[in-house]
Amino acid sequence: MTQTIRKIVPAAAIAAALLSAAPAANAQSSWGKQADDKSFAAMLQSGFQNAGTVTTDRLKQDETQAFCSNPAKANSKAGAKKAAEVEKASLATVKYPADGKFLGDWKNGEKVAQSGRGLTWTDSATQANGGNCYNCHQIDTKEISYGTIGPSLHNYGKLKGNTEQTQRETWAKIFNSKSNNACSNMPRFGHMGILKEQDMKDIMALLLDPNSPVNK
Amino acid sequence: MGARIPSALVVAALCSVASFGVVAQEKDDAAKGIEAYREALKDGNPAELFEMSGEELWRKPAGPKNVSLEKCDLGLGAGKVEGAYAQLPRYFKDTNKVQDLESRLLTCMSTLQGVDTAEYVKARFNTAKKNDLVALTAYISGASNGKKVKVSTKHPMEKQAFELGKRMFFYQAGPHDFSCATCHGEDGRRIRLQDLPNITKHEGALAGWTTWPAYRVSSGQMWSMQWRINDCFRQQRFPEPVYASDLTVALSMFMAANANGATIQTPGIKR
Ligand code: HEC
Ligand code: HEC
Repeated sequence: MTQTIRKIVPAAAIAAALLSAAPAANAQSSWGKQADDKSFAAMLQSGFQNAGTVTTDRLKQDETQAFCSNPAKANSKAGAKKAAEVEKASLATVKYPADGKFLGDWKNGEKVAQSGRGLTWTDSATQANGGNCYNCHQIDTKEISYGTIGPSLHNYGKLKGNTEQTQRETWAKIFNSKSNNACSNMPRFGHMGILKEQDMKDIMALLLDPNSPVNK
Repeated sequence: MGARIPSALVVAALCSVASFGVVAQEKDDAAKGIEAYREALKDGNPAELFEMSGEELWRKPAGPKNVSLEKCDLGLGAGKVEGAYAQLPRYFKDTNKVQDLESRLLTCMSTLQGVDTAEYVKARFNTAKKNDLVALTAYISGASNGKKVKVSTKHPMEKQAFELGKRMFFYQAGPHDFSCATCHGEDGRRIRLQDLPNITKHEGALAGWTTWPAYRVSSGQMWSMQWRINDCFRQQRFPEPVYASDLTVALSMFMAANANGATIQTPGIKR
């Protein structure tokens, strides 16, 4: 942690960017009026600094993030319509493997699933990104240190079947988790460029290959 | 002072570990964990060392003005330490700001001692300047041990800090789309084996708020709430929060107000 080069640069122009990206305050907002957009943007601007490879640009939200940051609104009736739109738009972002092959090497998939590294301000720019999967999911039951933010994926292939349909759906889930659940707590690994195509293929094999320990 | 060691916590740790032990490797890990707790508690909560050095720092004349912090007003009047932490963050008239303990300490260092606090804001955690602040929080929070959290959201600026903190808590951004709520928004969730309190509810906010600052056995470090928040933002893949900024104070206001009525148990001891 101490080795990281740190530049303290005040966030510039973020307030303006945020104001345009943030959902407009309206009657449905769950925030009190004291958390108006202007005060909030000012707080963000003065409250964050660049560190390591991470800059304050990260505070800019895309439409999905802005929508999901207001749960009361997202869960409202008007929200349901918007959620369906988000899911449709998210599904449209999914790039399927160019060579049509979905399954790589489950052994490497296990390594990617184990790793929680990458993209924090203490990670170097050359650090390979992990999938963080075990942080949230049970997968191979040999790994007893697993999180519970997401459901267990043990026996995933056995239960779902290794059909082309399952492969496409699972790929879409990993590439852009919001494609079937607008405000999923799961990161969008392909869409956000967290994982490379080969990493995702290897993870697919971990979940779906009949020889993977996940399905034994 | 020894009476303050949360022995219930150790027992709870032992129980949860024991009822878990199916796999051999896990038993080893569990044994190590218990060993570490035993080691840490042998001579009392190691946080007490930080409390003692914090008290020394509080009483020692320092800074360009060579004055101690003993006249610092933490909200209950100049020099009143006992119970002050249980009512922070709060609005302060002299600064016209809502401040948590750490931001208030910076104010007192600046006004009473003439210290250039920018250096303290910039300093990395686990270096001398930040460690001084952490020690001070250990001492001051310790003087609220057993008191009930009583944080006001009545003043318009307190209310605003709460609402802004709440909005921040749910603010998703960055490559992973994380917000605080991703990890602390549901009951009974874990990352790997680490329990994640649901801070949006009283019970979770209580677990998260009342036991900090805390001594962390795994790293052998004493962490303040500002440090805790800083490291959670790191895991969130966000840029780094500015120490003692309005943003971090607002998040603390949200957590503290959600914990209102619970009993302060500081300094805490953690994994
Ligand atoms: C921060 C938490 C988090 C991380 C990290 C995470 N997931 Fe998830 N995942 C979830 C949640 C929550 C769900 C359930 C809600 C949903 O479907 O959106 C889920 C659902 C899934 C599903 C659908 C399960 C089903 O039965 O339909 C799959 C497959 C999946 N995750 C795979 C992965 C893989 C592979 C990784 C790592 C590359 C991963 N997840 C990383 C939180 C996470
Ligand atoms: C990616 C996951 C993640 C995110 C996002 C996250 N945290 Fe945490 N948080 C953790 C973990 C893991 C722990 C427990 C660490 C440990 O056991 O050492 C924790 C612990 C805490 C604690 C102490 C809880 C206790 O019982 O002692 C507080 C308070 C806290 N987080 C607040 C926050 C706030 C505020 C935010 C948003 C700014 C946040 N967290 C975002 C993962 C996260």
